[in-house]
Amino acid sequence: MQLILNEEEQMVRESAQSFLTDNAGPSLLREIRDTNNPVGYSQNLWQQMIELGWPSLLIPEQYGGLGFSHVAMGQLMEQTGNNLANSPMFATAVLGVSILLEAGSEQQRAQWLPEIAMGNLTLALALDETTRPDPLNIAASVTKSTGGFILNGGKSMVVDGQIADQLIVSARSAGRPGDSGGISLFLIPRDTPGIEVSGTLMMDSRITANIQFSDVTVGKDQLIGTLDQGLVPLTAALNIANIHLSAELLGIASECLQRTVRYLKERKQFGVNIGSFQALQHRAATLWSDIELCKSTVLAALRSLDDSAENASVIASASKVKACKVAQLATNESIQMHGGIGMTDEFDIGFFIKRARIAQMLFGDHRYHLNRYAELSGY
Amino acid sequence: MSDLMTFREDTRRWLEENCPASMRTYMPESEKCWGGRDYVFSSDDQKLWLTRMADRGWTAPTFPKKYGGGGLSKDQAKVLKEELAAITARAPLASMGTEMIGPAILEFGTEDLKQQHLPGIIRGEIRWCQGYSEPNAGSDLAGLQANAEDRGDYFVINGQKVWTSYADKSDWMFCLVKTNTTAKHGGISLVLFDMKSPGVTVRPIQLISGRSPFCETFLDNVRVDKDQVVGEINNGWAIAKYLLTHEREMLGRIGNVPAEKTVAQRAVESIGTKDGHLKDSVLRAELAEWEIDFQSHQLTIERVRDETAVASVGNSSAMLKLYGTQLNQRRRELLIASEGFDAMSWSQDSEARLWLRSKGNTIEGGTSEVQLNIIAKRILGLG
Repeated sequence: MQLILNEEEQMVRESAQSFLTDNAGPSLLREIRDTNNPVGYSQNLWQQMIELGWPSLLIPEQYGGLGFSHVAMGQLMEQTGNNLANSPMFATAVLGVSILLEAGSEQQRAQWLPEIAMGNLTLALALDETTRPDPLNIAASVTKSTGGFILNGGKSMVVDGQIADQLIVSARSAGRPGDSGGISLFLIPRDTPGIEVSGTLMMDSRITANIQFSDVTVGKDQLIGTLDQGLVPLTAALNIANIHLSAELLGIASECLQRTVRYLKERKQFGVNIGSFQALQHRAATLWSDIELCKSTVLAALRSLDDSAENASVIASASKVKACKVAQLATNESIQMHGGIGMTDEFDIGFFIKRARIAQMLFGDHRYHLNRYAELSGY
Repeated sequence: MSDLMTFREDTRRWLEENCPASMRTYMPESEKCWGGRDYVFSSDDQKLWLTRMADRGWTAPTFPKKYGGGGLSKDQAKVLKEELAAITARAPLASMGTEMIGPAILEFGTEDLKQQHLPGIIRGEIRWCQGYSEPNAGSDLAGLQANAEDRGDYFVINGQKVWTSYADKSDWMFCLVKTNTTAKHGGISLVLFDMKSPGVTVRPIQLISGRSPFCETFLDNVRVDKDQVVGEINNGWAIAKYLLTHEREMLGRIGNVPAEKTVAQRAVESIGTKDGHLKDSVLRAELAEWEIDFQSHQLTIERVRDETAVASVGNSSAMLKLYGTQLNQRRRELLIASEGFDAMSWSQDSEARLWLRSKGNTIEGGTSEVQLNIIAKRILGLG
């Protein structure tokens, strides 16, 4: 395995870096927050991302996409971390596309993937029901009816659930919460009768949805994959999502370090730059080292997705653990090393910790994945 | 088929035919092959394996062929490494020569020096030790005082070195000495001499582990001809820094020795499981975290090498050293915790000795604090 970027991936990285530095960043996030933006992201920025072809990156060419690698998409995700750039890209172009590719029928792929590539369709995964994520802890259920199913239940923390055109809903067609069998996936338009969506403003200024399904009629053709067998594609897609979230967390951590080192070189106390103090030098150097390790883990994890590695679950959990731990350290340390000004809303560094903790918790924090890693490793 | 794929197939076939079966097993520390004039091979296979690999120059795969090296490109060397790992082949030679002084002679030495020393290094015939630290020059290495008095064609050296790894078993020393006492960094030279030279005395140092990998080396009027200076006189610090980079990278790989059982397997055997989980749930979490960090470090060694066009990884070696040694200490702590009192006996092969020895990892080759200084100053530009 080559742990360097190829030309195409390097190009994606550089273009994402320059585009997002110019067009996103904490100033845009501040504007979104202070104007009470109803969707929690800049529609203008999203339009530009569509024009750049970003939603089509992971979509194979036969469905109108660019067919780039996960490593390439990971570079984009990392830069969205550096620049705190919110958009429907993650939920639609990473998570949604992955589920359709993992479980969608040929007809479903051909119908929906080109729409995503063109920027005409957004998706959201309605999965978790409890305050700490767990894909097995599903109570929402479907019962069979003539011509399809009736769906009842509630979902929370649905990323983009308030704006997505279609919801991918995981629901029990058999079994009980905690069972690994009996989970099925459905593609349901958000405006279907019986669906009630309410938004929750989160600390990262993004809005997530709570969704209530009351006797929602779902057609047979809306089932994605095999009935009762949804966990396999769901797990595969969550592995992909967690590796891309790791890339975002890596971007957040790198940006925190960069901003902190810059501050250490500017801020004077006792007549000298505070970066001349060994106590701070060693903290910054430790953080730099941890981020270097995280870079390798994330890059190898992205590469393993492109190589269709067999142990994707182990790799994804290892990647999420490392990225969560490093992002946690970086965001905490950057506030401490900024001192009092790091605690002010006026200064930008505080935006990073708010996004990091949510990205950490999304689809399992480092504790969840450490446990999963040990379990998958046979102890 | 690409050249590299052809190389891989040829290499695989050659290894299949030439690596003795007993050299494809996990290697206990005591069976590491150090080579040297007085080396006693632990088996005929060990000797055969070294000879076969040395004949191809694969004990120093990227060294030029004209000195006996393998003449491989960086990519070919990586393939060789992967193919060796694939059959769990033992390293044919553990050597300060191929790892440290060899690359320095190649980079800075005269043609005569290269011809004199490189073939013996590559064949494992001469074992080398490193004369760096002194009683008053530890972290402040450039403060060394071993004095080299200029006598025209040669130097006469007086001083004391300490923490000289395996000085008692080595044939030659590469040694930092002071050739100009009025300058600090600018008064240091790197010289080579035979440990059998008159005036060289070696005394092993017993560590808290009860073992003695290190020595004190006393230099009493030792004569060194000027043609044994590597690079320019008084320019030894630049070479020392180059060598320290190699040493840090090497120490960063400490603990990356294939073992028969993983730490987790040993913990499971010792503690047992309940419902598939290790019975000690706190240790279980520590183990998982260590494994993830260890893999992360291995991947980082690989990535840093992939990113580097030249042989040296530069200042990143400080991070590899810092993290690699901490991980080895964590591994030893986990093994002690897993195996409990069984690991704490004072028998010769006790885990306790390895655990105690590992405490030196974050000190030798530059303390962790020195590594952090290097990262802060040279990489982050703080100062």
